[in-house]
Amino acid sequence: MLLRIAERTAVLLVSLGVSSALVFGFMVLLPGDPARVALGVNATEADVSRLRLEFGLERPLLEQYLTWIGGLIRFDPGLSYVSRAQIGPQLADRLQVSLILVAASMLIAVALALPFGTLMAVHHRKASGLVLSAVSQVGVAVPAFLAGILLITVFAVQLRWLPASGWTPPAYDPGMFVKQLVLPALSLGIVQGAVLTRYVRSAVLDVLREDFLRTARAKGLTPMRALVRHGLRNAAVPVVTVLGLQLATLLVGAVVIERVFVIPGLGSLLLDAVGNRDLIVVQDVVMVLVVAVLLVNFVVDLLYLAIDPRLRTAAR
Amino acid sequence: MTTAPERTAYPPPGMPPADVVRVRDLAVVVGDKPLLVDVDLTVRRGERVGLIGESGSGKSLTALAIMGLLPEELHPSGSVVVTGQGPAGGERVTSVLEAGEPGLAAMRGRDVAMVFQEPMTALNPTMRVGAQVAEIMTIHGTVADRGAAAARAVDLLDKVGLPDPADAARAYPHQLSGGQRQRVVVAMALANDPALLICDEPTTALDVTVQALVLDLIVRGVQARDAGLLFITHDLAVVASVCERVLVMYGGRVVEAGPVLDVFTRPRHRYTRGLIGASDLDLTRPDGGLYTIQGSVPAAGRFPAGCVFRNRCTHATTTCETVPEWDGPGPEDGFACWHPVVHRG
Repeated sequence: MLLRIAERTAVLLVSLGVSSALVFGFMVLLPGDPARVALGVNATEADVSRLRLEFGLERPLLEQYLTWIGGLIRFDPGLSYVSRAQIGPQLADRLQVSLILVAASMLIAVALALPFGTLMAVHHRKASGLVLSAVSQVGVAVPAFLAGILLITVFAVQLRWLPASGWTPPAYDPGMFVKQLVLPALSLGIVQGAVLTRYVRSAVLDVLREDFLRTARAKGLTPMRALVRHGLRNAAVPVVTVLGLQLATLLVGAVVIERVFVIPGLGSLLLDAVGNRDLIVVQDVVMVLVVAVLLVNFVVDLLYLAIDPRLRTAAR
Repeated sequence: MTTAPERTAYPPPGMPPADVVRVRDLAVVVGDKPLLVDVDLTVRRGERVGLIGESGSGKSLTALAIMGLLPEELHPSGSVVVTGQGPAGGERVTSVLEAGEPGLAAMRGRDVAMVFQEPMTALNPTMRVGAQVAEIMTIHGTVADRGAAAARAVDLLDKVGLPDPADAARAYPHQLSGGQRQRVVVAMALANDPALLICDEPTTALDVTVQALVLDLIVRGVQARDAGLLFITHDLAVVASVCERVLVMYGGRVVEAGPVLDVFTRPRHRYTRGLIGASDLDLTRPDGGLYTIQGSVPAAGRFPAGCVFRNRCTHATTTCETVPEWDGPGPEDGFACWHPVVHRG
């Protein structure tokens, strides 16, 4: 068990090293000089070389890489090439916003997917299961931004129950924070929930066919109790896999929803940085996203070990 | 075949052993395909009854019907009555085909327990073995509390001969061998002292060396509890060593029944005769080959009308196009064949 955890941790650390080198290498390979790109076509040679000197762009690549990585590890990524502002606080702010949004939408997705997916599997021969199935198919087909626009039209424009856009930090005005969070979290959550529902359904269907579930019934458990006590944990492995993938996708993919609802998350920071040709910020945001995705995968791996005792001892 | 409903046929104490399961005119259909037809079967307390036949003959389906665990799309009719101990020491009678899910759940694992064929998949891979054995007792409240259930689980694992039962109780199924897992399943099935134990090919998936040990456990466990045993297998040698009575199934029907010795030494139905001939590996045909039954078992619901065996039977005539009557003193002794084997003397 400990060996498995150590193994997973080693995989995480190696992936972090390799991916940071890739991100750095990719930015180096981009055509054009970051200082020239940041200053624009009208900048003088003198301005450009001053900026290069200031940000250490003259130094060897390995040294630049180590400086960059060292800064990130110390949570001090340094200054933006363009605005000369500290990147750290901005990154932390945006990350917090994105994490809240993603966490809220995943909660909604799971809260929808677990009961509905299970019901669909249990009633897969009945009309109720077919209806739920059809509804979830529609949910899968709708893109999140369209769901967002529909939700805005109904709940913000027509019913005027909720604000159409904006973001308030929870510490500043908790009431407003929740109100503004509802619609964007719903737009992401409903769509992800529809996708997840399909996976929960097929995982539960697979488990329903297992011999040990028949054993559980033969012991005297009603179908529902047998499923809850013996089935769900076994159905969890494929569901956790998809959940991890969805979390990773959401972290990066919430950009569109952040635009629709005017939310200052990581996605909009990345888009802004690209627009401003602020390459060091682009590099930092991409690295933060990579770290988040790797961490999600790491947690998913640990969850596998927690869920299925067979994985704790079996060789991979 | 009688169709009278069986409701009050349970003898009071002092009478011959009570029926623990009584199946009458059991039929199971899927769509318009018949899977079981007119199955009659009785097991009394302390009795060990074998159910034999090739794969696809309806043995397992009969067992699932008794448990009330038929898949939803299968529709049973007839009557299946299980009698076990009630909560207060009295009798609990369950009409399986009419009972609702709560009644069936109360019966399963308490009045009737089942050992399935495949020990590798019958246990929950994510739950400790001891907890799985303890669960069947907590479900039915046959022990005081969870602690008592856990302690008794270890005790039961010890009784079925697992070395280090306390360690075994903490193990997950994948850490045990196939034979050990089947012992766990047997311990689980016997935990609540059921009135009837159904074993569906319990040793087929095991190594030969382990088979005898598990069979011994089952027989001793059933004897110690004075329980009835319904033992399903296609291994005639196992039936001969375990059971007192036997029913031969083919094509979803009981084609012959009787005491094991009589049926095996003086089979009357042509199918039973073929089955015994095919099982005897010492017996060879004049050309040196082994005896077999020609052809193969048709797909479910595709058996011929009349005698279900007639398309594979060397003695079949046009008479066999009508269903043969049951010939014998009762459902426990007799056969259904137009051209039975004649035994002299």
